[in-house]
Amino acid sequence: MPKVVSVSGNHAAAWAARTAEPAVIAAYPITPQTTIVEKIADFVEGGELSSQYVRVESEHSAMAACIGASALGLRTFTATSSHGLALMHEMLHWAGRARLPIVMPVVNRAMGPPWNIWTDHTDSMSQRDTGWIQFYASNNQEVYDTVLMLFRLSEDPKVLLPSMVCLDAFILSHTFTPTTVYEHKEIRDFLPDYKAGHWKLDPKDPMATGNIAGPEYYYELSYAIHEGFEAARKLIPRVVREFEKHFGRSHGGFIDTSRCEDAEVILWAMGTMGEEATLAVENLRQQGIAAGSARLRVFRPFPVEQIQKLASKAKAFVVVDRSLSYGHTGGQATEIRSALYRGNNRIPVQGVVAGLGGRDVTQTDLEKLIQVGFDVADKGEAGPEIFYGLKR
Amino acid sequence: MVKVKELPREEYIERGHAACGGCGATIAIRHALKALGGNTILTVPACCMSVIQGLYPKNGLSIPVLNTAFMTSGAAASGIAAGLKHLGKDKEINLMAWAGDGGTYDIGIQALSGAAERQTNFIYTCYNNAAYGNTGMQRSGATPYGSYSTTTPTGKRQHRKPMARIMAEHGIPYTGVISAAYPRLIYDTYKKAKDIVGTRFIEIHIPCPTGWRYPTWDTVNMGKLAVESGAWIMWEREGDEYRFLGRSKLIAEGKVQRKPLIDWIKPQGRFRFLLKDPGMMAEYERGIEREWEIMKRLVGC
Ligand SMILES: Cc1ncc(C[n+]2csc(CCOP(=O)(O)OP(=O)(O)O)c2C)c(N)n1
Ligand code: SF4
Ligand SMILES: [Mg+2]
Repeated sequence: MPKVVSVSGNHAAAWAARTAEPAVIAAYPITPQTTIVEKIADFVEGGELSSQYVRVESEHSAMAACIGASALGLRTFTATSSHGLALMHEMLHWAGRARLPIVMPVVNRAMGPPWNIWTDHTDSMSQRDTGWIQFYASNNQEVYDTVLMLFRLSEDPKVLLPSMVCLDAFILSHTFTPTTVYEHKEIRDFLPDYKAGHWKLDPKDPMATGNIAGPEYYYELSYAIHEGFEAARKLIPRVVREFEKHFGRSHGGFIDTSRCEDAEVILWAMGTMGEEATLAVENLRQQGIAAGSARLRVFRPFPVEQIQKLASKAKAFVVVDRSLSYGHTGGQATEIRSALYRGNNRIPVQGVVAGLGGRDVTQTDLEKLIQVGFDVADKGEAGPEIFYGLKR
Repeated sequence: MVKVKELPREEYIERGHAACGGCGATIAIRHALKALGGNTILTVPACCMSVIQGLYPKNGLSIPVLNTAFMTSGAAASGIAAGLKHLGKDKEINLMAWAGDGGTYDIGIQALSGAAERQTNFIYTCYNNAAYGNTGMQRSGATPYGSYSTTTPTGKRQHRKPMARIMAEHGIPYTGVISAAYPRLIYDTYKKAKDIVGTRFIEIHIPCPTGWRYPTWDTVNMGKLAVESGAWIMWEREGDEYRFLGRSKLIAEGKVQRKPLIDWIKPQGRFRFLLKDPGMMAEYERGIEREWEIMKRLVGC
């Protein structure tokens, strides 16, 4: 029977690992991810989780160990954050390019210097091109559910890509809320055992992976990864639907929208800020303001068509990023503009950078930013990027 | 010691591999795999062996190979070992990491040390050609004192790291230091290592005509001269006991004389600066004597 436990976002992630029962888990601690690896240790040593747990000596090794285990055709799991994710970078590419369906919660935390353990999306945004599916969650239940959905998605023979679910440091990682969790046998209809169909390390059928391939093969191998992402794009709605059928919950598809049907201005945000935006929208709606919010849940594969569709009815987008690609703008704004430029509804997109290094962004702040969106809609063009709340 | 005619006929490195002519590494892996057999999984970081395997979509090794990033062989093997344990196949399938000296002494030491500390069940081979062969012979922590490399163009001014001793001091059950010049000893060493549980570290000295600059036909001779002159010491540590091996044992016991170091150094282009500089030569010799003293103390003779 499912049970409701009071857990933090991190414990929800650890619980999801327990439910999915990976054969191998390899992980290394970093604030604010630590309580994931600690909880997993409790589960393993308490006999509640049968995974082989490799307490590696670095995140680079954590990902390498996951790659080794996954190459045997086994389900694998790890978790990290910020500097740990950055240290993994080389191996993120390796996992993506080797087509290994490793699943990893990433607790979004700022990069140093200065040392800062609070939330910021620049860590995961800088892993955009590593061949990892990226989801962003906005509450603890969504963290738990997304891990299960990602195993299903990643291990699909047409997809075979690693995936990460990102959760905001402390706002989710360390905040306790009631969350419904399951034992492994209760989810097996939704998430069957992983069977590697393509290749695996097996002396009975010896194959090599990763030896030198020159220009005549590399492009096709890269395109095959792109095809994996396109397969994931097709599969995501089905996985979401089936999850809802089995467990009665949905957190939205690629985008979790609120009041967008007749909204003139839509505010975009990821993670917990996206959840906050729904409250801002409700408040403005009570004042008769036609606002809507769109929480981008899936960053890779990027939902171009869905974004174009939302632009067909709205007059302006306000895109609030908790990340900054220095010398340009936030990760979400860049991508949303590129999606619209490819379509017929090139409505103005106001880019906003806010909340870096864990600075609070409140409902009132988001309401103000939606109001800016109405000025943009009136003028028919966006202003320069807004560095919201910057003290100078 | 195994007789030549007793060596298994099976080959796990195929003809047509992409090593340089005269490469010592192919002798090493050929005999290591003869001892381990086909029920073996190999993981290989960036090194000459990633090239020697040959080009995708073919592979010159007839066992499963996970190529992995340069610094990760210890970690990738840790993951495979954990997976094999999960499958209950850790006793039936041999697991080996096969890394160069750069991937061991330098960039991979952390992952290897971690794997050994965790008592990971695998054989780690460091095939030591004493430089970064793959990238064109830059210095490594294993490059001997005085040797030319492309990043020490006037000769290296530091001694080699005592890597095998560092590994032995991890308390692993087996450490072996051998040479590609003695294939039967390679075979016997891997046969022995195969049946030991835990981390087994084997370092093989690899004469490399491309890097050491000697003619391709002289590989076995170059490997032997290194041992015969005492520049390379062969030993093993099983449990807590250190032993000299092969020719090094005879030298240590005073049964044979060491050949003059110059016999080994002179034919190699990489030592041309050392040859011209008596001060450097003396320093290199001092390092070798120090190695012998330490090893004799450890062996207890
Ligand atoms: C992170 C990283 N840095 C550098 C390299 C480039 N690189 C590839 S192989 C190699 C040297 C390998 O030397 P060694 O381990 O001694 O093996 P050998 O080539 O001599 O067999 C280097 C520097 C790399 N592949 N990855
Ligand atoms: S560079 Fe040396 S070790 Fe590498 S393949 Fe050539 S001969 Fe062998
Ligand atoms: Mg080398």
